[in-house]
Amino acid sequence: MIEIENVHKSFGDLEVVKGVSLTVDKGEVVSIIGGSGSGKSTLLMCINGLEPIQKGSIRVDGIEVHDRATDLNRLRQKIGIVFQQWNAFPHLTVLENVMLAPRKVLGKSKQDAEALAVKQLEHVGLGDKLKAFPGKLSGGQQQRMAIARALAMSPDYMLFDEATSALDPQLVGEVLDTMRMLAEDGMTMVLVTHEIRFARDVSDRVAFFCNGRVHEIGPPDQVIGNPVQPETAAFLKSVK
Amino acid sequence: MFSTSLTVNDVLYLLEGAWVTVQLTAWSILLGTFAGLLFGLLRALLPRASLPLAWLLDVFRSVPLLIQFVLFNSLKSIVGLNLSAFAVGCIVLGIYAAAYFTEIVRGGVLAVPLSTRRASRSLGLSYGQDLRFIVLPIATRVAFPGWLNLVLGVMKDTALVMWIGIVELLRASQTIVTRIQEPLLVLCIAGLIYYVMSLVVARLGARLERRWQEND
Repeated sequence: MIEIENVHKSFGDLEVVKGVSLTVDKGEVVSIIGGSGSGKSTLLMCINGLEPIQKGSIRVDGIEVHDRATDLNRLRQKIGIVFQQWNAFPHLTVLENVMLAPRKVLGKSKQDAEALAVKQLEHVGLGDKLKAFPGKLSGGQQQRMAIARALAMSPDYMLFDEATSALDPQLVGEVLDTMRMLAEDGMTMVLVTHEIRFARDVSDRVAFFCNGRVHEIGPPDQVIGNPVQPETAAFLKSVK
Repeated sequence: MFSTSLTVNDVLYLLEGAWVTVQLTAWSILLGTFAGLLFGLLRALLPRASLPLAWLLDVFRSVPLLIQFVLFNSLKSIVGLNLSAFAVGCIVLGIYAAAYFTEIVRGGVLAVPLSTRRASRSLGLSYGQDLRFIVLPIATRVAFPGWLNLVLGVMKDTALVMWIGIVELLRASQTIVTRIQEPLLVLCIAGLIYYVMSLVVARLGARLERRWQEND
């Protein structure tokens, strides 16, 4: 369970997240929608401690993420994250990209790590690209590789930070299909996304962020289908 | 039509000088690479704490190499260090190379996007593992052409050590010129030897780069 309580996050004088509280239960899929600069991506970076917070608390399975005593490297093993810029490691093959963390972080043998990586890459439809270097792949393929890389750590949670925003339109579908597959497998997921229809399809709850706050939250049919807040309605209208 | 007083022994003498040039280059590049790697990492990862280091290295990049040779050689005598001229040459050239290589390494490390490093940290890699498995390999590819340039530059800068009494390729050629009075021919041969030595280094480097590029 991810428990976010009254989190404040600033970059210098600029407060980006202004007191957000949100709980994500095991097996739940929560989508965060909202305009740019509303603090959605920043909150995601705070959940696995890539960004420090100024106030409030974030607990993952009861562990305080921003406590100095917390072993972040350990905590991050169970929180996978997929970025907007897929962030492949360019000097490693697709297979090596996925094998790296299981070998170096989990200490798996080369054979075990390879078997695991092959399984994950086949799962996302890249079984024929094992020896290729990321530079030779399309954006959609690189993003699916990034998903496989995160999944190879057997995370309990998956965070997606606008995973399809940097992709050519015709490549968005393949990545969304992979994400949908994960959701159907029961993965706990937090998605920051601009794909409103997708959010409506796969989410258990949708949160609309506005000015660094959760402005409206609830089941997708309510928040997207029939929003209560005028800002939510205006946002949805603008992205359609 | 064409006659010369250049003997086989003279050519061998030139090649002996060239061997000294190779040794000087190798030792000073070795020193410069290790020190530059360490300093460059410090500059890239702890920019504020390592600021005094940057000031110091600026001195070595800014003062002409010839002055550095002569000053260090005098310092050696004043302090009473028991160093050969060859060692002095290697140390001065090594520090000079380190000062340049520091900036090359810094540029390489800073060229690794922060988002790539975040991706590796998000997988649970520690700071050290991220550095070793992600940052350094990528930075190496970025820094390599600059390093190669430096090797070629240092190889030619070794010629300056003749001012502190080492007989390397250029000094050897001058000795012969003084004797047989055929500067054009002798300097052409010396230049050719420099060219061949540089070509070998450049070709080896290009081959390595091509192998990396096939992956990108």
